[in-house]
Amino acid sequence: MITRTTALLLAAMLAIAPVTMAAEANKPAPPQIWRVGNGAEPQDLDPQAIQGVTEDNVVMALFEGLASEDPHDLHPVPGVATSWDISPDGLVYTFHLRANAHWSNGDPLTADDFLQSYRRILSPTFASEYAYLVYDYVAGAREYYDGKLKDFAQVGFKAPDPLTLQVTLKNPTPYLLNIIASHCAWNPLPVRVIARFGAVDQRRTPWTRAGNLVGNGPFLLKEWRPNQKITVVRNPQYWDAATVKLDAIEFYPTDDISNEERMFRTGQLDMTYELPIAKIDAYRKDHPDTLRIEPWLGLYYYDCNVQRPPLNDKRVRKALALAIDRESLVKNVTRGGERPAYAVSYPGTAGYTPRARLEGGLDEARRLLAEAGFPGGKGCPTIELLYNSSETHRAIAEVVQAMWRKNLGVDVRLVNQEWKVYLDMRHTTNFTLARAGWIADYVDPNVFLEIFVTGNGNNDTNWSNPEYDRLFAAALSAHSNAERYEIYQKMDAILVDEVPVIPVYDYTRVHAVSPRIKGYYPTLLDHHPYKYIWLED
Amino acid sequence: MLRFIARRLLETIPVLFIILTATFFMIRFVPGGPFTAEKAVTPEVMRNLERAYDLDKPLWQQYTRYLRNVVLHGDLGPSFKYPNRTVNEIIADKLPVSLELGAEALLIALVAGLTLGVLAAVKSNTWIDYICSSTAMIGICLPTFVLGPLLVLLFAIRLGWANASGWYGPVDRVLPCLTLGCVYAAYIARLTRGGMLEVLHQDYIRTARAKGAGQLRVIFKHALRGGLLPVVSFLGPAIAGILTGSFVIETIFQIPGLGREFVNSAFNRDYTLVLGTVILYAALIIALNLVVDVVQVWLNPKLKFE
Repeated sequence: MITRTTALLLAAMLAIAPVTMAAEANKPAPPQIWRVGNGAEPQDLDPQAIQGVTEDNVVMALFEGLASEDPHDLHPVPGVATSWDISPDGLVYTFHLRANAHWSNGDPLTADDFLQSYRRILSPTFASEYAYLVYDYVAGAREYYDGKLKDFAQVGFKAPDPLTLQVTLKNPTPYLLNIIASHCAWNPLPVRVIARFGAVDQRRTPWTRAGNLVGNGPFLLKEWRPNQKITVVRNPQYWDAATVKLDAIEFYPTDDISNEERMFRTGQLDMTYELPIAKIDAYRKDHPDTLRIEPWLGLYYYDCNVQRPPLNDKRVRKALALAIDRESLVKNVTRGGERPAYAVSYPGTAGYTPRARLEGGLDEARRLLAEAGFPGGKGCPTIELLYNSSETHRAIAEVVQAMWRKNLGVDVRLVNQEWKVYLDMRHTTNFTLARAGWIADYVDPNVFLEIFVTGNGNNDTNWSNPEYDRLFAAALSAHSNAERYEIYQKMDAILVDEVPVIPVYDYTRVHAVSPRIKGYYPTLLDHHPYKYIWLED
Repeated sequence: MLRFIARRLLETIPVLFIILTATFFMIRFVPGGPFTAEKAVTPEVMRNLERAYDLDKPLWQQYTRYLRNVVLHGDLGPSFKYPNRTVNEIIADKLPVSLELGAEALLIALVAGLTLGVLAAVKSNTWIDYICSSTAMIGICLPTFVLGPLLVLLFAIRLGWANASGWYGPVDRVLPCLTLGCVYAAYIARLTRGGMLEVLHQDYIRTARAKGAGQLRVIFKHALRGGLLPVVSFLGPAIAGILTGSFVIETIFQIPGLGREFVNSAFNRDYTLVLGTVILYAALIIALNLVVDVVQVWLNPKLKFE
């Protein structure tokens, strides 16, 4: 009988299927609709409140900053600003806005919109997690954010006329334009529209819902069905609408990556957010034209709590760092073309490659461990390695555990915790060794090096080094990239010598991408400016 | 009977109150909070975020305030994870999806399960019984996260008859409902077979046959009512489970239902959403158990309301 029920249901399915197919066949030219797997359901689409990749992927379609990204290598190209001048001391940026920039509701986009937006992100009551990308650089912004400065006019933003925006910085920041082009914290927001839905500096207002949201990007929000899909369609008000080739982009939440891969195979998706590790080899063999493995500006590493024995001895930390066979790890465990990491900075970030590198091999590792008083691992206390529950992290941790036991005789106990418990333990430095990962927000070597400055909230290692802090401050006021990069070389050398963190590998992004997708290039941030993308059958 | 139902409903109030209170405090003592994220925020940002959600107030004040809002206004509060939506909206949006999935799966489960079970009992120890019973056994042994992808592989990827996942059109209902329904059908089949076998050997069935009642009449008029008792006791918690426990199905098939929110809200420390879904499901389970009790008395003359 179960078969009869099944048969009935199948018959029902068959009866409906031809109807939908016929309807599709009758349409004239197929519209250019790009269907993208987008990981988890976005929490919000407020560019000043979001933190995740899935939110950012949608926001990039809806908003545009002063500068936007080149599709090939993400270098800043004109966005809302047609051009900009930088003062000789590198401290004052003058942006010339385009006269034909509009909001999607038709209102003109002016310098005042930028001022209002920056006032909002710096407002302490709004509590934007990414406000630091503004207040770390702009004169007076930190003081305003801390409440020491009450008058926003004192902050380094000026609008001498509706089409000119002037930004005064604390230090020459040669990578400022990269941040502006790549990060949504610097995007203009329709503050007058937001005010219609509640207090401007409060979260929890419904202005980001479909129908309410007004943007200035190449696309506008048409539909947001939670946990089903988000549809954005071409924005006719966009100044460069002629370049936009896609009619619409559909973002599908895909929490389950195995399911996502099946959606790709049935043609529901043109591009996946990820690809299960177990599938990578099959795609390499059978569908090499759809498999995309791209470098991704991120580092997978282990945090050392440098106050907890035995990791309070830098020789032990270095011995552990040297005793990982990274080549074997990326080849056999992670399998996504990751690059073994021997230093903290990512080689080839905006022209910077660290010269310092973990060197010495196993003999050196054993020598250092013996020197620290644990010859052959004898007497070395068991080290706990904390990671968040996940198949991949566990597989990596188990292999590293085996390598340390075999190569050094050091015993490691694996501790896995649910995500938030793990984060809480990491942020309170309640661990000995902890798995960590860092994905860059913009393309500059500064993104990794700034973490380990004393007092940085993301430095979970208890490690602090006055020389390192001094170099970091010096780099901020350097006048050229060459000068700055030389300082970064020294900082990378300190990290390799002191080993507050054990770099494991540099991330890659693995997607399945339909060969119909054109104008899509591998970039370090996995950003693919949508206005250059089109579909070809 | 009305007095019985009224008393049971009154008993529900303290039960719900205890569940709400226990959940409210338990979730707060779990490490990590709604704003714990990979990128650490400065203490000022954290303080301001907590103030925006009243988390800076003493816990008892938050509790009384929450209780007041729920009882007086039916307001379950704003979601922490999805700042532009309220818990009431999320539930209103997603509960119907879970209910539809559950109802359709239940229908499949009942039709298939009862048929298999009755057939197996009536033709016990024949090849029909063996086929029905082993089909049921396979259904019990195959977890949904195996059966679901298998069905997708066959019907979506190989045959191209359905989407791999989603909840957009009528076709999208078929595979998830079938997956969820099959597992419960298997249980129902085994319970029905057991219950029917027991009843079919009772004296009153023999009496019915002796009076000349035909096979169909004996089964449907006399035996089924008693044979269904184990199924009915099972159905109470099972319906609750089918509605709440569809987390796996909802994840595999990317269905925007409440089962997923129920589980994920705990991972996200979305305090208000955790409370909202827990209260809802508690009320649902209590209500379903009451319905089962009433139905059992109605089916079984040996039981009385008291």
